[in-house]
Amino acid sequence: MNTNGDNSSQITPVIQVSDLKVRYGDKSALNGISFDVHKNEILGIIGPAQSGKTTLLKVINRTLELTSGTTVEGSVKLDGVDISTINDVYGLRRRIGMVLPLPVGLPLSIYDNVAFAPRTGGIRAKSELDEIVERCLQQAALWDEVKDRLDTLGTKLSGGQQQRLTIARALSHQPEILCLDEFSIAVDPVTTMRIEDVLDTLRSEMTILLVTNLVQQAKRLANRTAFILNGDLIEIDTTEVIFSDNPTNQATYDYVNGNFG
Amino acid sequence: MNILRKKSTANLPFSETVIELFIRLCGISSIIFVFGIFFFVFREGADFLFNGLDLKEFLTSVEWQPTSLNNKRYGALALIVGTFSVTALAMCIAVPFGLGAAIFVSEFCSPKLRETFKIIIELLAAIPSVVWGFIGLTLMNQLIIAVFNVPIGLTMLNGSIMLALMSVPIIVSIAEDALKAVPDSYREAAEALGATRWQVVYRVLLPAAKNGLLAAVLLGAARSIGETMAVLMATGHSVNIPSGPLSWIRTLTATIAAELGEVARGGEHYQVLFIIGILLFTITFVVNLIADLVIKGIRQE
Ligand SMILES: Nc1ncnc2c1ncn2[C@@H]1O[C@H](COP(=O)(O)OP(=O)(O)OP(=O)(O)O)[C@@H](O)[C@H]1O
Ligand SMILES: [Mg+2]
Repeated sequence: MNTNGDNSSQITPVIQVSDLKVRYGDKSALNGISFDVHKNEILGIIGPAQSGKTTLLKVINRTLELTSGTTVEGSVKLDGVDISTINDVYGLRRRIGMVLPLPVGLPLSIYDNVAFAPRTGGIRAKSELDEIVERCLQQAALWDEVKDRLDTLGTKLSGGQQQRLTIARALSHQPEILCLDEFSIAVDPVTTMRIEDVLDTLRSEMTILLVTNLVQQAKRLANRTAFILNGDLIEIDTTEVIFSDNPTNQATYDYVNGNFG
Repeated sequence: MNILRKKSTANLPFSETVIELFIRLCGISSIIFVFGIFFFVFREGADFLFNGLDLKEFLTSVEWQPTSLNNKRYGALALIVGTFSVTALAMCIAVPFGLGAAIFVSEFCSPKLRETFKIIIELLAAIPSVVWGFIGLTLMNQLIIAVFNVPIGLTMLNGSIMLALMSVPIIVSIAEDALKAVPDSYREAAEALGATRWQVVYRVLLPAAKNGLLAAVLLGAARSIGETMAVLMATGHSVNIPSGPLSWIRTLTATIAAELGEVARGGEHYQVLFIIGILLFTITFVVNLIADLVIKGIRQE
């Protein structure tokens, strides 16, 4: 599966990031990074804490602008359109599914959690919502566990179940891009493997940005992997190259082999 | 001594022991005060409550004639209805304003504006109730006369507006705390799902904070029920079952305040006023208890 990483580069990239600079006040979080994301690939994004990975995802779905005092320069294009020129920011956010590090079941029923985004997007018909809820919970490998108690509170589920609920929720608005930010932090290894299987299947339907603190997870899943360090993109290449004995950059080698810093 | 110090504090320095003892005494004394007050109020009214007072008449009759020479009547129904109706109308005004202001302060306004707003709310809370009564008696009185074309503006509506202005600060500050207590991760998650700020408020924050908001409303109501001076001055103070917001009314609290100074200590009328005190105590106790249970419910979730 890692082979299609090269082929897809001929098609227009789904995301084009060029010279992206982000600052929180005076503090720079991304110092001008550029890369493309190809259709239907899983792009692994690795890097130590505080290197700017979460910031990058927040730029892409434009939730960074909810934090005051941030400045963004450079451009991010989605299907060739600069996202800063998109007026319907809420619609833009629904084109991107976002899974945050700690599972956040909204204090609503399981059903309402998954139906949240479709409803805000204007879908009202019960039958249509029912269908979406079932499809997404199936996709997130949670349906069998919760199908008999869809009206219990989402916050009452276990951590691993809540994380799958957030994945179901992120899929509910049929995103073109799915971003996952260190989703396995609060999840046990078995659930992590189940979610990894889910992602492996999903790549045929969407493009996935997988920020991960487990380098082995990127190695298992990603077509290509980007290494970010202190706000700089050190290297981006096929996962095979990044995890080989001779990536272009020595820091990459040190980081993926765990003898960093 | 041993009762006051459950845990062994053998290794604590002397100053720590003294401070701990002092804090325990403060805690215990507040409990003693509450029970002491209840005991006192109860004792003053108990005699007449158990022998003499027709409790059915007290709760169901509207005839309040405690000073009549040959036909004394102690029917408090009009006073009870007065208290509840003025409070209910006050809540109809205060709840939308209070919750609206709390939502605005916590979700929509800039940090700088928020500080200003909070100072204003605190100022509002610090205005003594007699000043509100004074405003009701003069300004609001004339306003109601002008707007509704009635002869006298000292009405239930007037009292309710004053009570609303007094309970809004309580509602705002408690409701704002409740909204602030909703984790930011909920807001972030909802926003990432493409919710507008208003959708975040009514689809996520209000359900998540509903217990805290309910507690805010109940404590605001408890404040209104117990309020005396402003309603005494603003509502016309006449025994009457109200037929609408422009009727004049009289409340339980105002009755005690107006009449207690002029009755003979220990007499029937004196005791009835204390029975009204017991009734008020019970009502506010129940409302506060419900609010506490609701708040406890939040903590357990
Ligand atoms: N809201 C904020 N205000 C100020 N600075 C911030 C804020 N969020 C992030 N930063 C700073 O931006 C830099 C990048 O943070 P970011 O969260 O993007 O890193 P990360 O790679 O996701 O780290 P982690 O692996 O710990 O999640 C850090 O130096 C961080 O301190
Ligand atoms: Mg992060």
